[in-house]
Amino acid sequence: MILQVYDLTKRFGGLQALSDVTFDLHTGEILGLIGPNGAGKTTLFNVINGVYTPERGRVSFRGEDITGLPSYDVARLGLARTHQVVRPLHELTVRENVMVGACYGREKHSLKEARRLADGSLDKVGLLDRGDQPSGSLNVSQKKRLELARALAARPYLLLLDEVLAGLNPSEIASMMDTVRAIREDGISILMIEHVMQAIMSISDRILVLDYGTLIATGAPEEVANNPQVIEAYLGDPNMTARLLAE
Amino acid sequence: MLDQLISSLTDGLLLGFVYGVAAMGLTLIWGVMSVINLAHGPVIAMGMFGTYLLFTHLGVNPYLAMVPVAGAGLIAGLVIYVIAVHRVINAPHLSSLLATFAVNMIIIGVGTAVFSTSPQNINYSLGSVEVGFLTFPASRLVGAFGAILVTACLYLFLYFTRAGKAIRAVANNRMAAELMGIPSSRVLALSFGLGTMMAAVAGGLIATFFPFTVLSGGPYELKSFVICVLGGLGHPLGALVGGLMLGGLEGLIPTFMPVSWVPVVEFGLFVLVLLVRPSGLFGAK
Amino acid sequence: MKVWQKPGFWLPLVIVLVWGGAVLLIHQDTMRESAFVLLMAVGLASSLNILLGYTGYVSFGHIVFFGLGGYTGFYLLSEQGWPLFASAIGGGLLSAFIAGLVGLAVLRLRGAYFALATIGINEAARAFVSNFEPYGGATGMFVNFSAYQKYGGPGPALWTTFTFLWITTMVVLVASYLVKHSRFGLGLLAIREDEDAAMVMGVKAPKAKTITYVISAFFPGVIGTLYFFKNGNIEPGDAFQLHMSIEMLVMVMLGGMGTVMGPLVGAVGYQWLRGYLLTSPIFKDLHLAVAGAMLLVIILFVPAGLVGWVRNHVQRLQKVLE
Repeated sequence: MILQVYDLTKRFGGLQALSDVTFDLHTGEILGLIGPNGAGKTTLFNVINGVYTPERGRVSFRGEDITGLPSYDVARLGLARTHQVVRPLHELTVRENVMVGACYGREKHSLKEARRLADGSLDKVGLLDRGDQPSGSLNVSQKKRLELARALAARPYLLLLDEVLAGLNPSEIASMMDTVRAIREDGISILMIEHVMQAIMSISDRILVLDYGTLIATGAPEEVANNPQVIEAYLGDPNMTARLLAE
Repeated sequence: MLDQLISSLTDGLLLGFVYGVAAMGLTLIWGVMSVINLAHGPVIAMGMFGTYLLFTHLGVNPYLAMVPVAGAGLIAGLVIYVIAVHRVINAPHLSSLLATFAVNMIIIGVGTAVFSTSPQNINYSLGSVEVGFLTFPASRLVGAFGAILVTACLYLFLYFTRAGKAIRAVANNRMAAELMGIPSSRVLALSFGLGTMMAAVAGGLIATFFPFTVLSGGPYELKSFVICVLGGLGHPLGALVGGLMLGGLEGLIPTFMPVSWVPVVEFGLFVLVLLVRPSGLFGAK
Repeated sequence: MKVWQKPGFWLPLVIVLVWGGAVLLIHQDTMRESAFVLLMAVGLASSLNILLGYTGYVSFGHIVFFGLGGYTGFYLLSEQGWPLFASAIGGGLLSAFIAGLVGLAVLRLRGAYFALATIGINEAARAFVSNFEPYGGATGMFVNFSAYQKYGGPGPALWTTFTFLWITTMVVLVASYLVKHSRFGLGLLAIREDEDAAMVMGVKAPKAKTITYVISAFFPGVIGTLYFFKNGNIEPGDAFQLHMSIEMLVMVMLGGMGTVMGPLVGAVGYQWLRGYLLTSPIFKDLHLAVAGAMLLVIILFVPAGLVGWVRNHVQRLQKVLE
């Protein structure tokens, strides 16, 4: 069990963003997280990796309680993430961006080693030839890959992916999916938020469904897709299920 | 002792109204476009000199003179916005800080060349008013009244006119306002103009109390920072309350300790409030 | 490549080394005075750049460290009889200590709030020192004449002071380069670009910012001590001039923030321009306005500064102009 989330509750003023969210993530698993817009998916990421402190509940990572730990400490324990809205460090080159991940991630490399490691992760996501370019000059799909390379360079145990497929065209989606699978092959566990249904259904071992901050279903992709509550809240169209599973 | 305390406090509070108007201009600009206008002090000084020139050379009653001074302040603000601020409105804060500071240097530079830095004053007395044991210059009372009037006008403008509503919309969310078809550039320019207009009027009112030089705006600019932070940056009414607080403090402190400690307390409080409650003493948490 | 094999490391250092060395050799008082002002500007601008250029935090009242350090060093030197070197370090350490003390709290503020807080700190410090009797209150202090005797009288003492300043300036430039090109510096640049994203990547932003604030406060304290010893007196009005603080920002901006070479170029350029405007018969009366107009043009049209602009336009010079 690499990540255990228990009874997590987060409020913003009067808004209940998360209520009593509980789930486990097994080592080596790809766990999909879906739900309508505003369901609290990104908030859940932010609470898990220490950007927000929860009002109640517990997050434990590799057996260690990390609830309320600042995000940099969480990162150093081996939990990396990407952002839904890409956040490249504009003035730095692509390579330097990834070096930040390597220098300050789990293994705390020196600059020299970080440079080597950065090239490795850039290669993995197919950005190696762009290493010297300023990161601000990349297009959206490349920026998504940069986010991923940066997270990988930290050599995490667990990776939180926030909509890495959004905004990509079908062929880019296919190649990003291959990249994600390859990452899992390297032994990194993954929790991913995704709106591209066919993709998340086919890649995930299990799926969590969040609606209005509450976990309404957990299980294998087929189970979740057939769950009436999920269809009601999210998919809306009963025939959708058939189409999703056909993929 | 008590008499002295009350009289000193009244004095400070009356002055505080005018501080409030000066700070309101700064806070309005911050609230709408997140720019700290470092040309605020020189604009205050321009208000002082405008009123002075109209009075001394054309014999216009100083209070009447504030109407054209306000107009000139508005126009000056529009010009400053178009030339110096518009291009850096989305740049990092340093750019807008330095751009407005460059305007500060230009105004002070030209002002010094024209007027030198020798002190001037408006020789126009309304006599003094006695209330019980309190005696204070009538100009202070008129100044406070003027400040309240200006604040009321600003609020009527912001809440009951189309342009005012547009300003509030842009302050709230510029992007959304633009999507609704509000021409945000024009609204930003107008807000900046209103901000400098308040500064010019405040300068005119202060000129009726004290002698002044081209450089006199500086201390009021610093006071405006303190007031804005006390009242919560971006809240015009907070600025008036903050102005009263600062005026009150300036009245009270000298009865307890040497007057030279006043700025220590003021700026200490300023930093403390920024750290503990950056939204101001009355702002929402 | 090691640090000492890089031209970007040597270029600023050699410029200052040769320049100061030449002044010492020629040994002319007026030349020393103008070089003193210039080197001081370079040192102050480079110190500020370590914070401003690498973390993006706009310390608007950075002159407070020049004032507080200067006062403390002056006090140690003149009232306590410490040697100049020790006093200057003492002044620097006090500034660094104060920066560490307030840094953790103030650096939580972002953007303009931080800038405002630093203005407040400077004004509060000025007002406090004006009331602080050991430091001479509002009238300040005059140097105890015996302090000069240690260095062979006022004349030679000024040369010693100049030499210290020269060395200090080179140390600042070395520090600036080393910070920028270290693992620590990479973390700072990440903070500058996006602090929250940097923290998510594991950069301990609060600690890193505070350390940087301390470094960039230390040198102004040293320089302040040297400057006020040279002047022979210190008073609150001279030590905490907000105007000087803004000049530091202008110099960094002019040369190019976030580069090692930028503050050097900016400081020299600004001081030269200022001297020219002040003595020019046409601009003399309007020097401030002309300087303001030029500043405005730079902010609006060349925001990367001179060095930044060259770096962006001439690829080959990127390795030389760090």
